[in-house]
Parts: sequence; structure tokens; C-alpha cells
Amino acid sequence: MRNVGIIGFGQSNFCKSRHDVTFAELVREGAQLALDDAGLSMSEIDAITFPLAPDALIGVGNGERWCIDALGAQGKPFMRINTGGATGLTAVQAGYMHVASGLFDIVLVPGADRVSESGAAQSVLNKMWDVGLERPYPLNTINMLALSAIRYNHLYGSDERDMARVVVKNREHASLNPHAHLRTPITEEEVLNSRMLAYPIKLGDACPSSVGAAAMVLASEDAIKRLGKPAAWVRGIGQSTETFWMGDRVGPKAIADHGDADALRDAFDRAYAQAGIDDAPAQIDVAEIYAPFSSVEFHVIEAARLCGRGESPKRLLDGEFKLGSKGAVVNPSGGVLCTNPIAVTGLVRAGEAALQVLGRAGERQVAGAKVGIASAIGGDHQFYATMVVANHLERIAA
Amino acid sequence: MTDAPSVKAEPAFHQQTWDLSYKHALGKTIGGFLNGLKEKKILGRRCPKCERTLVPARSFCDRCHVETAEWVEVAHAGEMTMATTIMEPFKNLPKPPYAVAYALLDGADTAMVGFVKGLDLSDPRKAAEAMKPGKRLTVKFKDQPEGEVTDYWFEMAP
Repeated sequence: MRNVGIIGFGQSNFCKSRHDVTFAELVREGAQLALDDAGLSMSEIDAITFPLAPDALIGVGNGERWCIDALGAQGKPFMRINTGGATGLTAVQAGYMHVASGLFDIVLVPGADRVSESGAAQSVLNKMWDVGLERPYPLNTINMLALSAIRYNHLYGSDERDMARVVVKNREHASLNPHAHLRTPITEEEVLNSRMLAYPIKLGDACPSSVGAAAMVLASEDAIKRLGKPAAWVRGIGQSTETFWMGDRVGPKAIADHGDADALRDAFDRAYAQAGIDDAPAQIDVAEIYAPFSSVEFHVIEAARLCGRGESPKRLLDGEFKLGSKGAVVNPSGGVLCTNPIAVTGLVRAGEAALQVLGRAGERQVAGAKVGIASAIGGDHQFYATMVVANHLERIAA
Repeated sequence: MTDAPSVKAEPAFHQQTWDLSYKHALGKTIGGFLNGLKEKKILGRRCPKCERTLVPARSFCDRCHVETAEWVEVAHAGEMTMATTIMEPFKNLPKPPYAVAYALLDGADTAMVGFVKGLDLSDPRKAAEAMKPGKRLTVKFKDQPEGEVTDYWFEMAP
């Protein structure tokens, strides 16, 4: 396997809706931003890996086809990736593998989402559940994660106020990020008093449906040397899966609890083993992790081994994970809680981690960040993807 | 050579509804489970290797990669594992409030989804106390079950 680095990243200023462009034009916008960032043109791109989640979210059958022309990708290898909410990061991983394998030198990962065109996202997402046994119930990602939050709070004694603190932190961070969708700071009381969606998740605990584009350019070490570009090196990637059945994640015979994210922990461990990370809290400066609801951030922080199981609410209360605090800063971009353009949400995690280790994250920069992690989650917690990036290829020190 | 045309380049829209109909084949094992519901029976399938009883019934064990070997009827009572009250209306989903839960029935090793009925859901925080993980519950059936997973529901034990 060859060394691979991220040499270009671009993202829209995410928002509720965009009427000035088609989906394909939106994808083109993100691709152009990443190409400009890398100082490359489409003619120098060897292959494309393309993130796109369920077709019905944008109401277009195989929307990736629409984007071939918009990208100027005719004649190039092109692969669509769909792992639900993890799609964006899995597509980056596919791009990484394209380059690491030696098959391609420079790969573009372009994508976009415009979930708000239907307004029926939760009805679309309900179609994930077993057709005969579970879909007749109104399961969707909001109540699925409400159930996970119920389990987490039951296991570790946390509550709605702990969840609200996650939102307060992330909104403060998002206020420093010009690309974030929800950028207005919010108080704990405002979160606690916001409209109940599915107990304990309230509107304040939930991500928005965001519209916009993002793209990334990955290149081999040889190409990076040739181009003379600074790179955020991909030091490790991990994936894992969890059972289809939510009901199999509870009870004495369960392997993992629906309140935890043990398969995500496995995915982090795989990436950490490649990167040489054996003391995550000491070695990781910044974490851009996928948590579309406040409660999710707790078990992802723990899956990333930034603290022990059930400890993250207390650590947050003590002031950890915030910009300016000691130890790993979690979601300095504001995270998925403030911006969720589903197909590219995971890609933005990797892009933000790359900007951080390159010292290019503007007002949301974590001072001196050298090593970052990114993660994403798809389905009703079926697919997990993780990545470690660093601004060097040396041994990662504590 | 004429002048460039005057164009109002403003956003345009196309409204469309996807109205798709499917008849999903559910297979014989789920067929057996649903037929059990018609007789007010909740059926699982036991794995011959790990001996877990999978409820609702499944034809294979995901851990052991073997076919499940026998039908097992489980109790109409069990334990709440997780429940939430939904207060928000979603397009094409039922009108709130309603409570959805997973219950581990006595004799089963996996939890089954169902609505929770018989509770005042106007205050979802109070309802959450009543449905806390670990609390006992019972399964109730419609008078005339039709072989649908919504033939039954859960009620919290007094």
C-alpha cells in the first residue's frame, strides 16, 4: 500500500435550500472548489468515487449519472458509494484505496445533497427497516436514535441537560465556521425548552437537513511530491458493521448495546492500529465525528477511546472537548448537529480534520493540531467508517 | 447578427410525486410468524448452535451462519428494553403522539418492536418514567388478529 494524502478540499456554505442550481450543478460547484484548492483541473483526475445515499432522498434515480457531464468525467473510472449516513466518508475511503492500491494517482471525491426538496426524509428512511416485521411501525432515524439515547442515559445516568450541553458546545463552534448551516449560539435552556420530537430528542438536539456540496482530492505520495503540495496524510482507515436488528442490541445475549457504538469502536481500533495510535486522548488533537443528534456524540467520543464508557457527559461538563480546552477538541466545525448534507456529511468530517491538521481551519482552528480523526455512521447504525489524518508521516507521538 | 436575447434567468421548479406500489414477498419463516399472530401466538426460531431464540422468527442465525432449527412460542409478558414517545408529525407516518418500544419477552433472546398503549402520552417525560428499561410489561392482541405485526401491542404491568 502506498502513502496517500488529501491535497484538496472544498465545501459550500450549507443552507436550507438552493434554487439557483440543479443537483448536478451543485455537485460541480463542490468539485470546482476542491480542484481549485488542489490547484488541479479535471484533466489531471484519474478516477472518481462518488457518495450518494438513497435515491429517494433527492428524488432522482441514480443521480450520479447526472453528474458525469457536470464533472467533466466522461471516459474516467467512476464508482458510486452508498453506506447511508456514512456514505461521504466511505467514498473518501474508496478514493483512498484507489490511490493506495497503486491503480490511480489522483482521485476526486465529489458530492452534494439537497434533502429538503422532499421534506419526507423520515418517511424515506423508514423504508430501511425490515419490510414485513418492522416497517409497519413508524421507525425512522429520529426515534431510532431516541431509543439509543434512552439506552445510553439508562446505562450511564446522563440526562437531557447533558445532551443540551453538546448542542451548546457545537453551536458555539459552528458560529466560527462560515460553512456551517446552523450558526446561531444557543443556551441549555433553549435546547431543553425546544419542541419535543421523540423523547428525549428535541428540535434543539437534532441536526438540520442541509443543502450544499463538498469534494476532496486524494493523491499518492509520488504525485504530492511532484505537485509540491502540502498534504493531510491518511494514516489509517477503518470500517465495521452492526446487526440489522435493533432488538438484537439489548438483553443479556446481546454482543453490543444499542446505547453504545461498539462496532464503531472496532472501526476506530482498525484505523488506530494502522496509524500507530495506542493512547488516543494523548495522541489525537481534533475529532470530527458524525453525531447528527446530541446524544450520539457521547457514545462516539467513547468509541473513539477519547474517554471511558459513560464518562463523556462528565468530561463535557468539566469543560473538555471544547475549542481552547486541553485534549482532543470534538467537532470544532460545529459537526453534523449544525450541518447535515447527508451524502457528503462524512466527507466533510474528513475534510475538516484535514483542514485542522494543515492549520487552515480559520477561526475554528485547534491550535497546533497535528493529528485528527473523522468518523461517520450509516443506516440505523449498520455501517461505520473512521479515518486518522496527520500533517506528517512520522510516528504519531503522545 | 441580432442583439443577445433578453432572458429572465430565474429559478424554475418541477413538482412530482413518487407513487410506487410493491407486493413484498416475506418468505415462509415470516409467514409462519405472522400466521402465529392470527392465533395470538408470538413465535421465535431457536438457533441449534448458540441456542438463542430469535424473536420475531428468523430462518437463520446471524452469528452462527446456520439455519434455525425449531419454532418456539414465547410468553406474552416480558421486560421493557427501550421506549420513546414520538410527538412530532412526519410525512406519511402516523399522527402523534404514539409510543414505540422494544420488549424482551420471557423466553426470547432478542427484543421485538411494538406500540405501547394504555399510557397518557401528553407528557413524554412522565411516559418515559412509566416505560423505563427493565420495567415489566404484557402483550395484548386485537380481538380479531389479521396476521400483521400491528396485531399486538405492549401495556406496562401495574
